[in-house]
Amino acid sequence: MNGQLHTISVLVEDKPGVLTRVAGLFAARGFNIDSLAVGPTSDDGLSRMTVVVHVDRKPLEQITKQLNKLINVIKILEHDPGEAVERELMLVKVRAAGEDRPRVMEISTVFRANVVDVTRSTLTLEATGKPEKLEALLELLRDFGVIELSRTGRIALARGDKGIRERGARSKVAAVGAEEWTGGGV
Amino acid sequence: MKVTGAQALFKALEGERVDTVFGIPGGAILPAYDPLIDSKVRHVLCRHEQGAGHAAEGYAWASGRVGVAMATSGPGGCNLVTALADAKMDSVPIVAITGQVPSPVVGNDAFQEADICGITMPITKHNYLVTDANLIAETLREAFHIASTGRPGPVLVDIPKDVLLQEITWRWPEEIDLPGYKPTTKGNLRQVRSAAKMIMESKRPVLYVGGGVIKANASKELFRLAADGRLPVTTTLMARGAFPDAHELALGMPGMHGGYPAVTAMQKADLLVALGTRFDDRVTGQLAAFAPDAKIIHVDIDPAEIGKNRNADVPIVGDAKDVIAKLHAELTRQQEEAGGVPDRSEWLLTLESWKQTYPYRYDQPADGPLKPQFAIERLYEATKGDAIVVAGVGQHQMWTSQFWRFSEPRTWVNSGGLGTMGFAVPAALGAAAARPDKRVVAVDGDGCFQMTAQELATSRTENIPFITAIINNAHLGMVRQWQELFYEERYSQVYLSYDVPDYVKLAEAYGAIGLRAEHPDEVDAVIEKALSITDRSVVIDFRVDQREMCFPMVPAGASNDDIIVGPEGLRPTNEPAEAPVA
Ligand SMILES: Cc1ncc(C[n+]2csc(CCOP(=O)(O)OP(=O)(O)O)c2C)c(N)n1
Repeated sequence: MNGQLHTISVLVEDKPGVLTRVAGLFAARGFNIDSLAVGPTSDDGLSRMTVVVHVDRKPLEQITKQLNKLINVIKILEHDPGEAVERELMLVKVRAAGEDRPRVMEISTVFRANVVDVTRSTLTLEATGKPEKLEALLELLRDFGVIELSRTGRIALARGDKGIRERGARSKVAAVGAEEWTGGGV
Repeated sequence: MKVTGAQALFKALEGERVDTVFGIPGGAILPAYDPLIDSKVRHVLCRHEQGAGHAAEGYAWASGRVGVAMATSGPGGCNLVTALADAKMDSVPIVAITGQVPSPVVGNDAFQEADICGITMPITKHNYLVTDANLIAETLREAFHIASTGRPGPVLVDIPKDVLLQEITWRWPEEIDLPGYKPTTKGNLRQVRSAAKMIMESKRPVLYVGGGVIKANASKELFRLAADGRLPVTTTLMARGAFPDAHELALGMPGMHGGYPAVTAMQKADLLVALGTRFDDRVTGQLAAFAPDAKIIHVDIDPAEIGKNRNADVPIVGDAKDVIAKLHAELTRQQEEAGGVPDRSEWLLTLESWKQTYPYRYDQPADGPLKPQFAIERLYEATKGDAIVVAGVGQHQMWTSQFWRFSEPRTWVNSGGLGTMGFAVPAALGAAAARPDKRVVAVDGDGCFQMTAQELATSRTENIPFITAIINNAHLGMVRQWQELFYEERYSQVYLSYDVPDYVKLAEAYGAIGLRAEHPDEVDAVIEKALSITDRSVVIDFRVDQREMCFPMVPAGASNDDIIVGPEGLRPTNEPAEAPVA
């Protein structure tokens, strides 16, 4: 895959079609979205999307600017690696019969996953954490046989005391008022 | 007051001071056509929705106001698609109103259903599906606001039939709230100061002016900046008329078919002041080789344009009018401080010599064949340029842009970004509807003309006259030119015919006056005749030399340094580009 992995939070008005508009901008440029999570926020009428995408710096900048131009997009924040808390939730159904069962349970405990469904032959685990942690867990579970898997995609909040709306972010040119705009090579 | 959604729609249009809409009725939009009868709004019944869309564009180009098109669901909306895409590319403010199948059956493949919001999402600035008649007025206000502010563009409003019929209490929303839409219009002063400083330090500056300057009504500000700063000006295809061609600082049009002075001035510049323009590939040629020594000041209202194709040394986000005025003030101040305009006489002399040595040229033999450039030039002379000129897409478009000497903004209407054949006739209709006080002349190709000629019927029945000068070369001329130059003269599917259709008879069938000129001797008389007619549309069939090619030309993907100035295919001898340029 090309480019680096980027995590972008997009604060949007909760209107019909807004997901299509956002996704469409990526699709129109041939970028594959790695993951996309959408949910309500503490503000009525606003949703927050977390988009994870593999893309180079320059096209990413163009995309965030284009995203900013969408009428229903309120704010965009591109998360610098390490500057954000990133989490994901995963449900995984894994074969766990006979002597495999305690092994799976053990792994589950190490990863602080919860068992949320049990059958004679399977266990369904619920795990949350950084995407890398989920990957590591999954890697171990594959030995037993993963029957199915569902992941929410990544969600993220920037570290520190500010909310997304109080932040001036690097790729936020469109929302930057004239007087804030300091320029540079864009 | 109780009103239907349809009545609310027209009250809202009146509230937005819309005087004209272009459209065609149909099932889903039918309820809207009833209150139309009692409305102050004029409806121009077009013959094709694409025509209605381009007419709305022509109206907007010529007047600076929002153009409006109306269509029914399904095929009606789909026929608007080309015009919407065109308006998106050229930042033309239009609002399209489409009927939709009734809400309960939306998504059921009902008769004449098409998901027009889905279809037009990437080709509109924004679009709406209105689900409640109480939201019609507010939606229309937002639509007009979005279409006309910031970087202008098309907005589509789709209204299901039942919503048009729904009864509501009328309310005019005084305020609208668009929390995600706050275009930056005021340029940052610190940036403006750096820009002025950079201009002061430049030895070979060029103002690279784009359509944004016309959109922002900033021609006066531009004139002051250029004149007081002694800064030479290029006007792109989208900006023709933003600066008077007759001015000594005017270099004309840059780009693929631009003039040698404009193209080469930009190549040799040490500073480009890009104003409301987007470094389009038709202007830059091979991007890596474009203006290699130039620093860039980039002024645009759309932040996404800045740095998109070429990095800016001084980016300024803002409305061209505001920024150019500030830049003028700041530059004037710095010039006073420095005791005058920096001496750039060598640069200006070089540019002047290029203008003298490499004007657009063609050769009209006295005994024919008739050359297209000659017809266009005579038309310009006869109107004295006092007209709104509209073009289609192809060679004739480039020749018109080259040989028409513009002196005012909003007198040039064409399809730049999308390059839409069929644009001219309906856009001329729209321009003529917007400016009944002005003579409107469409210069069209024979290929283009046939794509939307049906709007001549509209012109007749709605009494909106204009002149169409068909540059009839019996070919899809621009494509023919590429095949001649780049495909070893292997002509493939470009021949149309001089006399099918017979354009004079076709004009007459549409209730227009048809005229023809085949020989250079006939040109002036035919033009005089055409200009003497003011109550009807006129179509002139100029049968021109099919072999004429459009030059200068920078082949697609080539560097602007490799400009071909004429049919002999040679770069200029004695290479003025190598002349001393400071
Ligand atoms: C709708 C559309 N289809 C195809 C093209 C490709 N195209 C560009 S110029 C051109 C030829 C135009 O021929 P004509 O109208 O006769 O003008 P001329 O170039 O001869 O002046 C064509 C086919 C286009 N621009 N638009």
